[in-house]
Amino acid sequence: MAATPRTDVPAIEVRDLHKSFGDNEVLKGIDFHVDQGEVVCVIGPSGSGKSTLLRCVNRLEEPTSGTIIVEGVDITDEDTDLDKVRTRIGMVFQQFNLFPHLNVLRNLTLAQIRAKKRGRAEAEEIARRNLAKVGLAEKADAFPSQLSGGQQQRVAIARALSMDPDMMLFDEPTSALDPELVGDVLDVMKQLARDGMTMMVVTHEMGFAREVGDRVVFMDGGVVVEQGKPEDVLGNPQHERTQGFLSKVL
Amino acid sequence: MKPTTRKRLFRGALYAIFIIAVVVVAVLADWEAIQSNFFDLDVAAEAFPGIITTAAKNTVVYTAIAFVGGMIGGLILALMKLSPVGPYRWLATAYIELFRGLPALLVIFGFAFAVPIAFQWRPPGGSAGAGLIALIVVAAAYIAETIRAGIEAVPKGQVEAARSLGMRPSWTLVSVVLPQAFRIITPPLTNELVILIKDTSLLFIAGMALGDRELTTFARDSVSSQANATPLVLAALMYLVITLPLTQLVAKLERHNKRGR
Repeated sequence: MAATPRTDVPAIEVRDLHKSFGDNEVLKGIDFHVDQGEVVCVIGPSGSGKSTLLRCVNRLEEPTSGTIIVEGVDITDEDTDLDKVRTRIGMVFQQFNLFPHLNVLRNLTLAQIRAKKRGRAEAEEIARRNLAKVGLAEKADAFPSQLSGGQQQRVAIARALSMDPDMMLFDEPTSALDPELVGDVLDVMKQLARDGMTMMVVTHEMGFAREVGDRVVFMDGGVVVEQGKPEDVLGNPQHERTQGFLSKVL
Repeated sequence: MKPTTRKRLFRGALYAIFIIAVVVVAVLADWEAIQSNFFDLDVAAEAFPGIITTAAKNTVVYTAIAFVGGMIGGLILALMKLSPVGPYRWLATAYIELFRGLPALLVIFGFAFAVPIAFQWRPPGGSAGAGLIALIVVAAAYIAETIRAGIEAVPKGQVEAARSLGMRPSWTLVSVVLPQAFRIITPPLTNELVILIKDTSLLFIAGMALGDRELTTFARDSVSSQANATPLVLAALMYLVITLPLTQLVAKLERHNKRGR
């Protein structure tokens, strides 16, 4: 099957996804999708499987069974060039995972040069543009250890954006940040959403989900319990487990 | 007694013991014998310039070859040990356990005498070459374990970040994992290097041609021919001249790399 991305299908489509770690079944048959240009926030208690679901979407976790289709390309197919698909999926981690031995600019250019085969000059121009976008143009020469957590996470977002991805995955991007630094990161993410980026966000930030999300998905115990418009799921949850969870976090 | 007084008394006692020890050694030592046996200037003059142009030079060259060879071998072994392919792991483990378990002296002896007989094969560079191969073989075993530990110390998230950006496993290893691993293992690698400098002194067992002699062999030969131990003292000084700047350099390098951790 040709591995060209398509625009007339959902950005992410997950069918009957199961994932077990040993005897522990973390995902118990997930059906899930993200449309192109849609911002989907996945919420739920810790251990509900939401991060595992997100990490399966670019196959950082190997699914036990099920199908994951990204822009029409089946990434669970053995013959799919996973590295190529991954260049179209930006990923932002809870722990930032910047490369500590490289300065900010090289963090942003490394994969452009190694995976996208861009020339250094072009890669640096794109990197600087994305640094400006996250408000850190002046930090190009700094090392990650010289930045605050919030700045590191914004650099991580710029690094993912520098690959010109079609969609972005966020794995609890603000959970490791001091409270006063959360706002800057969320602002960058809001701007991305306004620009029409397709986003899947695993988060505990209910305010962000309500304000930016097109859809909120509530997971618990390895299944999708409830999903819908943010005002419905967060404001008027139908399911008992959703009500229980929201009463604790809101 | 007040704690400060006690502390001061204790400190004073330490100094007193030190001074007494120095005095005892100074009184007991036969300074004349020491001077004539270990610091004979005429004998020392004989050793020059050979001790620098041949012996010290060879020590540095042998160390460099053995270290570079050991690093390449060690890296290959470390990657084998981390390989998903079982036989590679077993082979690397067997190699590492074998050559870490044997004295370097015995391995050098083996490569210089046993291997040529067993395989009817003359190693390049004669006895010195055979000894060097043995040093590389031993160094690789130690360095392999160091590199493996370094690779495993790089957080898993680093690999995930690189892979999620679409970088192939090989590029991830070369541009993300190894640079960080080597920063982590700079101190133990320095240790390996310094040990290697001193292990080149074991090459004498291979029996070396005059021009191939390193510091210890050179000094031993001089001691026999001059019936005086001054060349040993000179050799010791030479080793320090080589190792001290090296460890200083690495310490500086480490400080420089701190910000990238």
